[in-house]
Amino acid sequence: MNNLKFSLLIICAVFLVDCTKDLDRTPENGLTADKLFANEAGYRSSLAKIYGGLSLTGNNGPDGSGDLGGIDEGFSSYLRNYWNLQELCTDEAVIGWNDQTIKDFHEMDWTPADNFLRAMYSRLFYQIALANSFIRESEDGVLSSRGISGSDADKVRAYKVEARFLRALSYWHALDLFGNVSFVTEEDAIGAFLPEQISRADLFSYIESECKAIEAELPAPKQNEYGRADKAAVWMLLANLYLNAQVYTGQAKYTEAITYSKKVIAEGGYALQGNYRHLFLADNHKSTEMIFAATFDGVKTRTWGGTTYLVHAPIGGDMQAADFGVDNPWGGLRTTSALVDKFSAGDQRANFQEAGQKKDIEDIGNFRDGFSIKKWSNKTTTGANGSNLTWVDNDFPIFRLAEAHLIYAEAVVRGGTGGSTNEALGYVNALRRRAFGNNNNDLATLTLPSIIDERAREFHWEGKRRTDLIRFNQFTTADYLWPWKGNVKDGRAVESFRTIFPIPAPEINTNPNLQQNPGYN
Amino acid sequence: MKIRSHHIGLLLLAMLFSVVAWGQQVTLSGRVVDTAKEPLPGATVFSKAKQTGTVTDENGAFSLVAEVGDVLEISFTGFKAHFETVGTATVLNIILEESKNYLEELVVVGYGTAKKKDLTGSVATVTANNFQKGQISTPEQLIAGKVAGVQITPGSGAPGSGSRIRIRGGSSLNASNSPLIVIDGVPVDNGGISGVANPLALLNANDIESFNILKDASAAAIYGSRAANGVILITTKSGGAGQFKVNFSTLNSVGFKTGAVDVLTGDEFRSVVNGYTGTIASSADRLLVGTGNTNWQEEIYRGAFTTDNNISFSGGIKRLPYRLSVGYLNQNGILLRDNLQRTSVALNLSPSFLDNHLSVKVNSKYAQTNSFFANQGAVGAAVYFDPTQPIYSGEQPFGGYFEWLNGAQPNFNAARNPLGLLYMREDKGNSDRLIGNVQLDYKMHFLPELRANLNLGMDQSWGSGTVFVPAEAASQANRGGTNNQYKQTRSNKLLEFYLNYAKEFEAIKSRLDFIAGYSWQDWKTESPSFPDLRADGTEFEPAGIDFATQNTLVSFYGRLNYSALDRYLFTFTLRRDGSSRFNPDARWGNFPSAALAWRISNEAFLRGSKVVSDLKLRLGWGTIGQQDGIADYGYQANYFYGDAAAQYQFGNEFVTVVRPQGYDANLQWEKTETQNIGLDLGLFDSKLSFSADFFIKNTRDLLAIVPVAAGTNFTNNLLTNVGSIRNQGLELALNTKVVSNAKFSLDLGVNATFILQNEITKLQLISDPNFLGADVGATGFNFVQKHSVGYRPSTFFLYKTVYDEQGNPIEGLYKDLDGSGTLGETDKRWYKNPEPNAYFGFTLSGSYEKLSFGCVMRSNVGNYMYNAVKAGAGIYQSIFPNQGYLSNAHRDILNTRFDNRQTWADYYLEDASFLRMDNLYFGYDLGAMGKSGMTARLNASVQNVFVVTKYSGLDPEIAGGIDNAIYPRPRVFAIGVNLEF
Repeated sequence: MNNLKFSLLIICAVFLVDCTKDLDRTPENGLTADKLFANEAGYRSSLAKIYGGLSLTGNNGPDGSGDLGGIDEGFSSYLRNYWNLQELCTDEAVIGWNDQTIKDFHEMDWTPADNFLRAMYSRLFYQIALANSFIRESEDGVLSSRGISGSDADKVRAYKVEARFLRALSYWHALDLFGNVSFVTEEDAIGAFLPEQISRADLFSYIESECKAIEAELPAPKQNEYGRADKAAVWMLLANLYLNAQVYTGQAKYTEAITYSKKVIAEGGYALQGNYRHLFLADNHKSTEMIFAATFDGVKTRTWGGTTYLVHAPIGGDMQAADFGVDNPWGGLRTTSALVDKFSAGDQRANFQEAGQKKDIEDIGNFRDGFSIKKWSNKTTTGANGSNLTWVDNDFPIFRLAEAHLIYAEAVVRGGTGGSTNEALGYVNALRRRAFGNNNNDLATLTLPSIIDERAREFHWEGKRRTDLIRFNQFTTADYLWPWKGNVKDGRAVESFRTIFPIPAPEINTNPNLQQNPGYN
Repeated sequence: MKIRSHHIGLLLLAMLFSVVAWGQQVTLSGRVVDTAKEPLPGATVFSKAKQTGTVTDENGAFSLVAEVGDVLEISFTGFKAHFETVGTATVLNIILEESKNYLEELVVVGYGTAKKKDLTGSVATVTANNFQKGQISTPEQLIAGKVAGVQITPGSGAPGSGSRIRIRGGSSLNASNSPLIVIDGVPVDNGGISGVANPLALLNANDIESFNILKDASAAAIYGSRAANGVILITTKSGGAGQFKVNFSTLNSVGFKTGAVDVLTGDEFRSVVNGYTGTIASSADRLLVGTGNTNWQEEIYRGAFTTDNNISFSGGIKRLPYRLSVGYLNQNGILLRDNLQRTSVALNLSPSFLDNHLSVKVNSKYAQTNSFFANQGAVGAAVYFDPTQPIYSGEQPFGGYFEWLNGAQPNFNAARNPLGLLYMREDKGNSDRLIGNVQLDYKMHFLPELRANLNLGMDQSWGSGTVFVPAEAASQANRGGTNNQYKQTRSNKLLEFYLNYAKEFEAIKSRLDFIAGYSWQDWKTESPSFPDLRADGTEFEPAGIDFATQNTLVSFYGRLNYSALDRYLFTFTLRRDGSSRFNPDARWGNFPSAALAWRISNEAFLRGSKVVSDLKLRLGWGTIGQQDGIADYGYQANYFYGDAAAQYQFGNEFVTVVRPQGYDANLQWEKTETQNIGLDLGLFDSKLSFSADFFIKNTRDLLAIVPVAAGTNFTNNLLTNVGSIRNQGLELALNTKVVSNAKFSLDLGVNATFILQNEITKLQLISDPNFLGADVGATGFNFVQKHSVGYRPSTFFLYKTVYDEQGNPIEGLYKDLDGSGTLGETDKRWYKNPEPNAYFGFTLSGSYEKLSFGCVMRSNVGNYMYNAVKAGAGIYQSIFPNQGYLSNAHRDILNTRFDNRQTWADYYLEDASFLRMDNLYFGYDLGAMGKSGMTARLNASVQNVFVVTKYSGLDPEIAGGIDNAIYPRPRVFAIGVNLEF
C-alpha cells in the first residue's frame, strides 16, 4: 500500500512542479518580433503589409482575417472608403445600395456615428500604427542588436524611409478628410494610452517636414521597384499638400506647389499614356504615366474593395459583366448629369453607359437612373481578361503625371510664382490633345472654372473630386449644385462645416483628448 | 421490484415464526430512533394481526401488548417501514432508516456525489426515465423543457444539428454563453469538430444515464473559471452487479416538413410581375417571367427516414460490473440528400479491488460519424427562385438545371437553381471522437475516511471531409468547381487528483466532508491547410498556413461540506485557476463560493409531519469565471503571415505580407458573482415537490470587443475586459404525482423561469451618453440589434413604422422620434428582444396498466423575431433586381407593396411567443415473451407535434431572433421496440 501512496505522491509532485510551465504557451505558427525581424526578409514582408494596407483588407485574400473590426471586411478597404468619401458626396457619383448609411454621403447628411467614416479613420490610423511600429523596429540600434548589418541594414533603412512616406500619405488623407485628428508617432508604443489631438495646421507642418526629411533619402524617380515609393511620389504628395494649403492652414503655398509639380514633370521622366482609357485597365501597371499606385492582382492581391469594387459596382442594367472581364455585376455606382454635361463631343475621356440608363436620376436606389461609367475595366489593353474574373488586376493610380500638369496649371493661375502661364496652358492642352486626339479643342486661356472642369473630366472616379470642390469653394455652397446634392433633386447648399468629416463617434467616446470637429456636436 | 420481493421474504419469514409461537402474549416496550440515534416521536407501531397499534411519544418511546409471532410494522413518514416479528424479548429498540425517496438519490456534483437532501446549491437532475422520448440524435435535446432556468433552443432541421444551451440566460456579449459540459468527469471541448454538424452529436443519447445541471455559483464554483454559464455533468450508463442483461432497441421514424415560407406561386408571381406599375422594373424585366409553376420548397424537401438501433450488454463478472453498448444511427434530413450516419460504442467497467478499497472506473465512448451535408444554400434559394421557371432547362450546361444567365455565364447575382445546388455538390464529412477516462478511487486501509482519487481522461477527435463541386455547376462556374479536403485534430487531455476526507462526528452530530484537488487540462487543435482546388484538381489557390492552437489550464480546488444535526448544512468551495491564455501577471484567478442550507423539515416542529416531508432553505454566493471565446494567445504580441492571395507587388515580385496582431496584454477572465436563494419543499411524502430559486448574477470585466483609440493598437476593435451585465431571475419547478396506484399513475412536472432583469450596465471604458450602443444582429450588410447600456443584450433597434388607414405600412415613412425633421439613428428606438421574458416547460407522464404515455411542451413568452425573410423578399426590388433575372417574393408584398427594402422598419418585428409540444409518446409493455425471459416494449412517438404562435414565419424559435430562411425542423413520427433479456 505504501507503494501506491508513494506513487500517487510522486505523480502529484511532478505535476505540481511542472504544471505552471505549461501555462507559457506561444503560438506554433506565430512569430515574435525578434523571430520575425531576425533578417531583412522579415522587414520586407512587414513593409509589404503597410503598402498592402492600401489595397488589402486583411491577412487572407480576399477576406477571412480582416485587419479591422466593426464592419464588413470588404467595406473596410482603404481605397474603397477613400474613394467613397471623395466621390459619393460629389457630382461624380451616386450609389444605389442601402448598405448601412452609404446613401448619406450623396445626401450630405452623414453623422459622427457613421460606420464608413469610422472604417476610414480606423484604416488610416491602422496604417499609421503599422508604420510607427516598423520605424521603431528598424531604428539603427535595434538593427545592430539583431545583428543586421551591411547591405541588409541598408535595405532596411530604405524600407524605413518608405514607411515614413506611407505614414505621411495617410496623415495627409486624415488631414484632408477629418481635419484635426489623433496624433501618434514612432515615439508611442503599442498599448493602452490616449493620443493627443493635433490641429490641422500643425499636422500640415508635420507632414511637410516628414516629406522634406525623406525626400533626399528616397530613390530617384522610377528607380525603386514598381509599387514602391520614390522621390516623385513624395513630390506629388508635397505638391498636393501645397495646392490645398489655403484650405488646410489658411495660408496659400501655390509657389511651392509649382516647385514640386514642376520637379515631377521635369525630373521624373514620366510620359503621358498615349490612350487615356488604357490608364484604367487590367494591365495599367505598364503605364508610362504611373507615379505611385496601389497595386492589385486577381490572384495574388485579392480584396472586395479597391479596384475590384470600382470595376464591379458600376456594372448593371443592360451592361454585360463579361465586357468588363468580370463575372458579375454589382449594380451600384452611377454618375449625375452634372458630370455628363461637362464633356464635349469627341472627348475620349467620356465613357458613359447610356443604353438602358436614364441620364436624370429620379430614384438613386434604381440602377437605371443615371449614366454609369465604363472607365474601370478588368480587360487589358489587348482586350484580354484579367487574371481572374472576380478579383481584378487593375492598379489604382494614387499619383499620375496628368495630376502634376493640372497642379502646376492651377497653382500658376492662382498666382504662384516660378511658373509660366504658357507652360501651364501647354500642360493642360497636352491632356486635351490626348483626350480628343487632335488640337482642335485646345484651350486658349486658363481660368479657374476651366481648371476644375478639366480636373473633373481628367480625374473623375479617381478619388479626387471632394478635395477639388472644397478648394474651389463649391462643395457645400450654392455656387455649384448638382442633382440630389443635399438630398433634393436639383441640389441645395449644405452646412459649411461639412467640408471636413466628423471624428467618428467611437473615437470620441474612446479618447477624451479628442474634440469633435465644429458643427458635429 | 427488488424492495418488494425483499418485503415478501420478510413477511414469509414472519409468518413462519408466527406459526411456531402462536398465542403467547407479551408486553413490549422500546424506542424508535433514526440512524443518527435521534428519537422519532410520532412513529407508528402497528400489529398487523391484531389491527391495533400505538404512536411513539416525544422521546420516541412506546409500549404495546402483542402476541409472539405477531408482525409489527413500525413506520414513520420519510422513513422505510420496519417489520419486526414479536419474539420473547420484551424490549424492542428500533432503528428506522430514512426511506430511499428522491431526497436520498445520489446527485453527481463536481468531483463526487452528494445526496439530494444534502445539497446547498442549485442543482437540477434529469435521469434517463425522465428524458424526452423519441428520435433524439443529439443529447442536449433529452432535457429540453425539463429544467427551470435551462433553455435549450434547437438548431435547424439538419441531422445532428446542435442546440443553443443557456443556463440562466447569457451573461457574456462576445465570449461564450454556453455551459461547461463534463462527461463522466471529463470537461469536454465546446469547440466545433470538423466533419460533423455538432460535437455533442457524437455522444449517443441512449448511453446517457443522467444530466446534472449546476446552476448557481455555489454549485458550479468548483469549476472556477469555466463555470459562469453553468455546468452540465453528463453521466453515462454503467453496469450493475448481477446477471447478464441484453437490451436491444430499435426506433424507426419518418420526418416531414411542417410548412414553408409563404412565397408567391407561379401564377401569382406572373400576375404580380405583369401588374406592377411602379418605377423600378424595366420592360425588359417583365419579359423574363416564365410560364411554369414550380414550387421550389416542395421540390427540395422529402419525407426523411431515420433508423436508430442500439444494443447493450451489461452485468457483472465476479467483481467486474460492465456495460458495453453499440449503436447505429442512420438519419436522413428532410432536405434532399442530407444524411448522418453514426456508429457508437461505449464501454464502462467498474471493478473494485483490495476489499473494495480500490474502485476503478473505466469509461470510454467512441463514435464515428459519416455525414453527407446537403447544400443548405438550397433552403434560401428555394424561397427566392422564380416560381415560373422550370427545374430543367432542357439543355446541357450547368447539369441541365435551369439557371439565370448573363451571356453564356450564370448570372452570379441571381439565386442558383435549388436542385442544382443540391445535386451538384458532394460535401462529405467524417469524424471520430473518443472520450475516455480511467478513474482510480482508493479508500485508505489505515484511514477509511480518506479517499484518494485519480482521474486520467482524454477527449480526442479527428474530423475530415471532402467537398466536390463539378466544373459545370452553375454555382461555381467562375472558378471551375471544387475538389477540396479538410482535416482537423482536437486533443484534450486531463489529469486530476483529489483527496477526500469524510467523517461523521457522532458526539457533535456532525458530518464533515472535505476535498482538495489538483487538475491539469490541455487542449490542442490542429488543422493542416490544403490547397483550394478546382474540380479537375488544378490549383485555384495554394495552401495557406497550417493552423495550430493550444491552451492549458492548471487548477487547485477545495470544498468543505459540513452538516450539523442533519439540519444545518454549510459548503465552502475555492478554486484557483491558472490559464495560458493570460499574461503571467494576470493568469491566476480565485473563484470562491459559500452556501448555507437549513433543512427546516428536520426541525422538531416539522419532524414527522404528515404533510411536509421536506423543507429546505438554501442561500448561496459565489464568484465564477468565463474564459471560453478568448483566443489562446490573445495577450501576446505576435506576427502572422498572410496567405497567398494577400501578397503585395514589389516590382516583379509578390511579397507575402506579415501582420502584427492587435492584442490586449491585460486580458482577463469575465467574472460573474451570483447570489441565490432557494427553497425546496416536499409534501405528502414528496408526492408533490416544489422548488423555487431566485438569483442575481452580476458579470463584470465582461469581454467585449470595443473600439480602441486610433493609432494605439494594431486593430480598431479589441477584445478587452470592459462591460458589466446584471441578470435576475426566478425559477420555479413543481413535480407532482397526480395519481399513483397499481393501475394508473400520472405525473406532472411544470417549470417556469422568469427573467426579471437582464441588462447591460456598462459597455465602454469611458461612458458617453451619446453612444447608442454596439451593432449586432446582422442582416445582409446592416444591423437590426444593439448592445446598449440600460437594455437587454441584442435589443432590436428599429424605426417605428407609420401605417396607412388600411393598416398597411407606408414605405420609407417612420416616426420622427427625435423630432429633428430628418431620419437618422436617433429616430430608431430600442424595442423588444429576441430572448423571452419567461419560459416554461411542461412534462406529463403516466401509465395505465401496460400502457404508458407522456408529452413535453415548452413555451417562451415575450420573445420577438425580426422576420428577415419578409424584409428581404417582400419587396418589388427583390422581384426586379434590374440585373437580368427575377426573384420570387414573400406574399407579404401584397400587403406592403414596398418597392425597396425597409431594413429598419419595426413592421418586420413580430411577437414570437410560442407554445410547442416537443414530444408525445405512447409505450406498451408486452411483458415476458414466452419462457425465454425476454421482455418487450413497443413505443410510438411524435416530435415537434404542434406550435401555437402568432409569429408569421416558419418557426418562432430561432436563436438570435433573426429569421432568415431556416432549414425547417421536421415533424417526426417514430415507432420502436425495446427488448430486454
